[in-house]
Amino acid sequence: MNDASKVIEVNGLSLTFPTSDGDVQALQDIDLTINRGDFVSFIGPSGCGKTTLLRVIADLEQATAGSIEVNGMTPEEARLARAYGYVFQAASLYPWRTIASNVALPLEIMGLKGEEIRSRVERNLALVDLAGFGKKYPWQLSGGMQQRASIARALAVEPDLLLMDEPFGALDEIVRDHLNEQLLKLWAKTNKTVVFVTHSIPEAVFLSNRIVVMSPRPGRIHEVIESDLPPERDLSIRETQSFLHLANRVRDGLRAGHSYDEVS
Amino acid sequence: MERILFTGASVFSVLGVLLQGPWQTGIAMLAVALIAFLQLKRSRLLAAIATGGMALVAANSLIGLVDEAGAVNAGFWCLVVAAWLLAWGSVEQLSAIRTLSKIYRTVLGVVIPVLFGLWLLILWELLTRGLDVPQVLLPAPSQISERFMSSGSILWADFKQTFLRAVLIGYAIGCGAGFVVAVLIDRSPFLQRGLLPIGNLVSALPIVGVAPIMVMWFGFDWPSKAAVVIIMTFFPMLVNTVSGLSAAQPMQHDLMKTYAASYWQSLFKLRIPEALPFIFNALKINSTLAMIGAIVAEFFGTPTVGMGFRISTEVGRMNVDMVWAEIAVAALAGSLFYGLIALLERIFTFWHPSVRS
Ligand SMILES: Nc1ncnc2c1ncn2[C@@H]1O[C@H](COP(=O)(O)OP(=O)(O)OP(=O)(O)O)[C@@H](O)[C@H]1O
Ligand SMILES: [Mg+2]
Repeated sequence: MNDASKVIEVNGLSLTFPTSDGDVQALQDIDLTINRGDFVSFIGPSGCGKTTLLRVIADLEQATAGSIEVNGMTPEEARLARAYGYVFQAASLYPWRTIASNVALPLEIMGLKGEEIRSRVERNLALVDLAGFGKKYPWQLSGGMQQRASIARALAVEPDLLLMDEPFGALDEIVRDHLNEQLLKLWAKTNKTVVFVTHSIPEAVFLSNRIVVMSPRPGRIHEVIESDLPPERDLSIRETQSFLHLANRVRDGLRAGHSYDEVS
Repeated sequence: MERILFTGASVFSVLGVLLQGPWQTGIAMLAVALIAFLQLKRSRLLAAIATGGMALVAANSLIGLVDEAGAVNAGFWCLVVAAWLLAWGSVEQLSAIRTLSKIYRTVLGVVIPVLFGLWLLILWELLTRGLDVPQVLLPAPSQISERFMSSGSILWADFKQTFLRAVLIGYAIGCGAGFVVAVLIDRSPFLQRGLLPIGNLVSALPIVGVAPIMVMWFGFDWPSKAAVVIIMTFFPMLVNTVSGLSAAQPMQHDLMKTYAASYWQSLFKLRIPEALPFIFNALKINSTLAMIGAIVAEFFGTPTVGMGFRISTEVGRMNVDMVWAEIAVAALAGSLFYGLIALLERIFTFWHPSVRS
């Protein structure tokens, strides 16, 4: 691998939150390399630092030790260069804007022209099955629809790097499957790099070519599992032997990570 | 509820006739109350209109009798109570009509407060004239409105001086400056910490002390009154805008950060919209403060025109109806002003949970 193919390079990264009742070590000694075109999932128990690691990549949190590079730059430079799109754990749409103008918000900030904005908004709303809802306000939509709108908003930026924090956590099984397929298609078509946080083993296995299993207190990388599934997948792959085998490996990794804990 | 009210109206009508009140009015009210009571189920709207109309007719004829010698006896007052109960019952029925029609709801939202105010005026008229309350203590509404009509040009000149100049100009400058200063000190925690306590201090200053000083600085005419209004409205706006600008959630700030938005972009696209409910709160508080400020400031030196000036001089001359006419102008202008801002608030913060329901 030459350097140009490395999108994210993390070395010996630690992060401590100072709080009123002592320091909380959220991340400890993280080493991780993510290459261009990777689909990497972070999976691990609640509170193990998945969101924190994603936020460090996005320059929303600063590491207390170690180093991190995004596109060969510091995270801050990468952020200012608008190198990534970020989907938050909650939709966080602005209630005074319609769905369409919420999706247009980052494009306005980037200084795009009206015609370009309109076509991107339309395209990305259609991608998450919200065509026709552009004129509604966020509070007139269900929680799942709001979350889809926030995904459309991140995609509209058309970033090469997508950071997604449990984007489908609030959706029902059917919609989730559908969006998983859509996301995978988009990824295969555009050669984006995706970093994806999830709680769901099947989701992680279905989507990723590498699965990062994390363990809690303090947050560490327990194991990185390479997927041997073919890049072209549809939902039926979930019944295959190799899929189940991979899912079991992830589950074993999560269990082993958990055993640091007293709780069983 | 309506049944109790209509029963009450019937009982008081009978009592009124027995105690030698004007019997025609009593019998008419009794008949309408009984029919409404029995036919309530058929058509609420019809019953409401019949009882409401009857109550107004009765009130009108009672007002006509109020100055006749010997007419105002116990029976008269029983009929006043009966008419009032009838009107109450009418409004109860109006609001009990179940319909989803939006037009009906909005019309009702206007009609009920108007009827309420009208009945307040009717009772005021009957009580002051029926009980011969001295005009200096409390003139009847009819006397006030007579004065209102005959002194229109004086009232207009006072209104122009006090409301259109001192209040509106002072309000615009005070609120505008409060907003602008809040934005300017936004990036300086030092100025925020220094200015906000001073703001509290200044809003606590007694207007009685500030007004004469402003007269010394800016002269007798309206600019000194506008200055008082500016002082009174500046800090509520400053304080509210400062807290409004910090109302956005951390995640919304993070969102702006991931877009690499500039300071001004996140100010205009996130923080000011988020601050709007706070800003409108200040605009509403200030609309009342500005009225009070401008009128009271005129007590401390003024050219011979202005609402506060007129009130203070006419009180001295025992022309209480003129004082009340000025009060009516102030109340009317004040509520229209407030209503206009509340309307703008509904338009601009339609998305806020407190408005959108
Ligand atoms: N701003 C903060 N201040 C103090 N502690 C924090 C802060 N943010 C996160 N933490 C702590 O850091 C740890 C990791 O949090 P993080 O949000 O990254 O977990 P997570 O893996 O995303 O969990 P979940 O799956 O529930 O979203 C937790 O113990 C949390 O309490
Ligand atoms: Mg999280």
